[in-house]
Amino acid sequence: MLKYLFAKNEDIPSGSAAVFFGFSSIVWFVIGTGLGSFNAAKLAFPDFVTGNEFFAFGHMRQVHVMAVIFGWISMAFAMAMMYITPALGNNKLWSEKLGLWNCMLWNVGLTLGLTILWAGITSGREYSDFPWPIDLYIAFAIFIPLGVNVWMTVLNRRTQGIYTTNWFFLAATFMVIIVFLIGNLPEFFHLTGLTEAYLTWWFAHNVLGLWITPVAAAIAYYVIPKVTGNPLYSHRIGHLHFWSVVVFYSTPAAHHLMSAPLPEWLKSFASVEGVLILVPAIAFVSNILLTMQGKWYMFVESIEIRFTITGCLMAIPLNMQGGFQQTRAINWYIHGTGWIVAHAHLALLGFSTFLEAAAVYYGLQALTKRKLYSITLANLHFWLLLIGFTVYWVSMTIAGLIQGAGKIYEVPYIDVVIAEHPYMIARWLGGTMVFVGNVLWLYNMWMTARKGTVVPQGRMPHELAYER
Amino acid sequence: MTGFRQYKIGARLFGLALGGSMTITLFFPSVNIAAVSSTDVALAKQLAIGHETGFNLEDPFLLGKNKPISVALKVDPKTGQPIDGGMMVYVYQQGTSYPAGILHPRILGEGIQQLSEQQGHINDATDARKTAGAVFTLRKGTYQGREFSYIDNLTATKGWTPADVMKVAKDEDVSHAGKGKTMFVREGCWWCHTLLPEETQDWQVFGAPPMMGDFNGESPTAFGSDRKAPDLLHVGSRNSSREWMMMHFFNPRLVQPHSIMPRFDYLWGEKDAAGQKIDFVKWRAEYDEYREGKRVTPPDVPSFASDSEIRSLVDFMLSLK
Repeated sequence: MLKYLFAKNEDIPSGSAAVFFGFSSIVWFVIGTGLGSFNAAKLAFPDFVTGNEFFAFGHMRQVHVMAVIFGWISMAFAMAMMYITPALGNNKLWSEKLGLWNCMLWNVGLTLGLTILWAGITSGREYSDFPWPIDLYIAFAIFIPLGVNVWMTVLNRRTQGIYTTNWFFLAATFMVIIVFLIGNLPEFFHLTGLTEAYLTWWFAHNVLGLWITPVAAAIAYYVIPKVTGNPLYSHRIGHLHFWSVVVFYSTPAAHHLMSAPLPEWLKSFASVEGVLILVPAIAFVSNILLTMQGKWYMFVESIEIRFTITGCLMAIPLNMQGGFQQTRAINWYIHGTGWIVAHAHLALLGFSTFLEAAAVYYGLQALTKRKLYSITLANLHFWLLLIGFTVYWVSMTIAGLIQGAGKIYEVPYIDVVIAEHPYMIARWLGGTMVFVGNVLWLYNMWMTARKGTVVPQGRMPHELAYER
Repeated sequence: MTGFRQYKIGARLFGLALGGSMTITLFFPSVNIAAVSSTDVALAKQLAIGHETGFNLEDPFLLGKNKPISVALKVDPKTGQPIDGGMMVYVYQQGTSYPAGILHPRILGEGIQQLSEQQGHINDATDARKTAGAVFTLRKGTYQGREFSYIDNLTATKGWTPADVMKVAKDEDVSHAGKGKTMFVREGCWWCHTLLPEETQDWQVFGAPPMMGDFNGESPTAFGSDRKAPDLLHVGSRNSSREWMMMHFFNPRLVQPHSIMPRFDYLWGEKDAAGQKIDFVKWRAEYDEYREGKRVTPPDVPSFASDSEIRSLVDFMLSLK
C-alpha cells in the first residue's frame, strides 16, 4: 500500500484505499479488544499487573475506548465508504491517493493520540479525551479528507439519484466534522464550568448519534440488498429513517446528565427527544428485516448476512434500552451503573460492530477478488463475538442492576463491589472471547488476500461456494 | 454543485433540521448557563485549582505545574500578628495562570464581578505591568443591597506578595489541591469515582448534589459517568484522615480487603519523607508474604515526601468537603 502513496492517482488500482482501511480497522479491533480484555481483568483481579502507571486502569481505559471508536469502528466506516460510495455512484473513488494518505495519516495520528493518552496526557473529558491538538488533527487530517473524498465521489456519480446509503454517508461525514469542531470548543477556547460539562456530553452523544449509528445503518442498507439480490423493501421508510435521525438523534445530548444540575427544561426536552429515537430505530430494523423476504436461508448460509442481520436484531434491545433508560424514572435507577456499560457495548460491540464486520468481510473479498479463505474460521469468529458479547452484556447488566439496587437502598458501597465480583470475572471471559475471535479474523482475512480462491471476472464473491 | 441539483429541497431541509436542533441544544442552553452566578463553592474551587487541569500548554505532561497553592494563614505575613480564626489564601506565584473567573470576571455573575473588580481589585492581578503573581482570598461584601462573596486580591489591597505568604506558611498549613486535581485527572480516578452526587438520590450516603453555580470557572469538571466506586464530591467530610488516605492509595487492600482500586504506589516517587529510597520490590515481596499468611502484619507504608505527587492528591481529596 505504501508504495502507492507517491504514485500518480490514475496508476493506483481501484480499491487500494478501501483495502488499506479494511486491514487497518481489523488490526485496531484486535488492539482495542485486547486492551478491553486486559482492563476487564484488572477490574476482576486488581492486583493483576500492578504498581506501574502504564498498566494502571485509569491510564488504559480511555485507550481501549478510543481505539475501538476511532480505530476499529471509524476506520471500518471509512473502508465501507471507500468502496460502497463509488459502487453506488457507478464510478470510481474521487481520489484513491487521497484515500491512501487519509488512511496513513489516520493510523499515524491515532497511534500518536493513543500513546499520549496512555501516558496520562488527557483533556479529562470523557469521549473527547484527546488533547486539543489531536482533536484538530482528527478533524483536519482525518475527517475532512474523508468527507471530501466521499462528497466528491457522490457529486461525480454516473447515476441519476442518490441511494439511501449515500445520503447517510454524505450527511454523517458532514455532521461528524461539525460535531468534532463544536464539541471540542471548551478545549480550544477554555470554556469552563457547566458549559464544558454539557458540551462534553453533547459531543459524546452526537458522535454516537450522528456518526456511528447512521453510518452503521447505511452499511446494512447496502450489504443486505447487494448480497441477497433483493431490492430495499422501502425507500420511503429509508427517508423516514434518515430524517428522523437528523431531527431526533441530534437533540437528546442532555439526557446523559439527567442527574446533574442543568436547566430542567433542557433535561425534559432531551428526555422526550430521546424516546423519539425509536422512530429511526423501528424504521431501520423493519426496513432491513422486510428486505430479507424470501432470502432468510442466507441468514444461515452467508456470513455477511448473518453478521448484518444479527446486528440489526441487536438494534431492537439497544433502542428499547436507549429510548427508555434515559427517562427520569429509569435513569434514577440505572444511572452510572454497569447497566450503562452493558448498553454502550450493545451499541458499539453488538449492533454497530456486527454491521461493520459484514462490510469488511464483504468488501475485502470483493476488492481483492478472492473468496473468503475459511468459512470455519469465520463461523468461529461470529460465534466467539456473539457468545463473548452476550456473556459480557448479561453479566454487566446484572452487575448494573445490583449497583442500582445498592444505590437506591443505600447499601455500603463495598458490599456492592463484593456482589459484583463474579460478574466482573464473567465480563472478562466474555471480552477475552471477543479478542480471540478477532485474532482469528485478522488471520482469516490475511489468508483470504493471500490464498483465497480467485473470483472469476464478472462474478461476485458471494456467488462462489465456501471451500474450507 | 451540478451533481446535487435535484436535491435542492432536501439540502435546505437538512440545513433547517440540523440548524434547528443546534439552536435548541447549543444556543438556548448556553444563554441559560451563562446567566448562572458563581456560588461560594465555585469561587473557592477555582481559586484553589487554578486555570486548566486537563491538557494545556503550560503543563502539557500533566505534572501538576502552573497550579496555585492554598495556604491556611495563621499570622499576618506583613506584621506577624496572629489572625483571629485563621484565613484561607490562594497563592499564585509568578507565572502561574489565573483562573477563568479572574481572567474573565463576567463568568462570576454581576454582583460578584462588580465587588471583585471594585473592592477586590482583581484586574490589578492580570495587569501586565504587575506580574509578580498575586495572593487571593474570599470576602463578603454588599452590592445593591445583596450580600455576595467576592474575590479579594490581597496583593493589591494589602500588599501581601506570594513570597511574603510562603515565608510564614508552614508545610502543614499548605494544600496542593490544585496539583492534586491534575493527578486526579491524569490518573483517571474519575473513571470509577464520580464527582456528582445524583440529584434524585445520594443525599444520605454521598451528601448533597452540587448546584448549577458550583462549576463556574472549572475545567475539566470531570463528573465521571460510571460509578464503580463511591462518589467523592464530599469525601473530605466523610474521611479526613491523612494516614488512612496514605495507606489506601499505596495499596487499597490494606484498609479495604475487598477493594478493586488499583495501587497508586508509583505516585510516591523515588524517595520517602525522610529522603530514603523506597524499595518497592521488597515492599511487594513482603506484602505477598503477608497475603500468603507467612507474615502476621503487612509491611509499613512509606511516608510520602512533601513534594510528592501523592501528597497533592491527598490534599485534593481532603479539599473535597
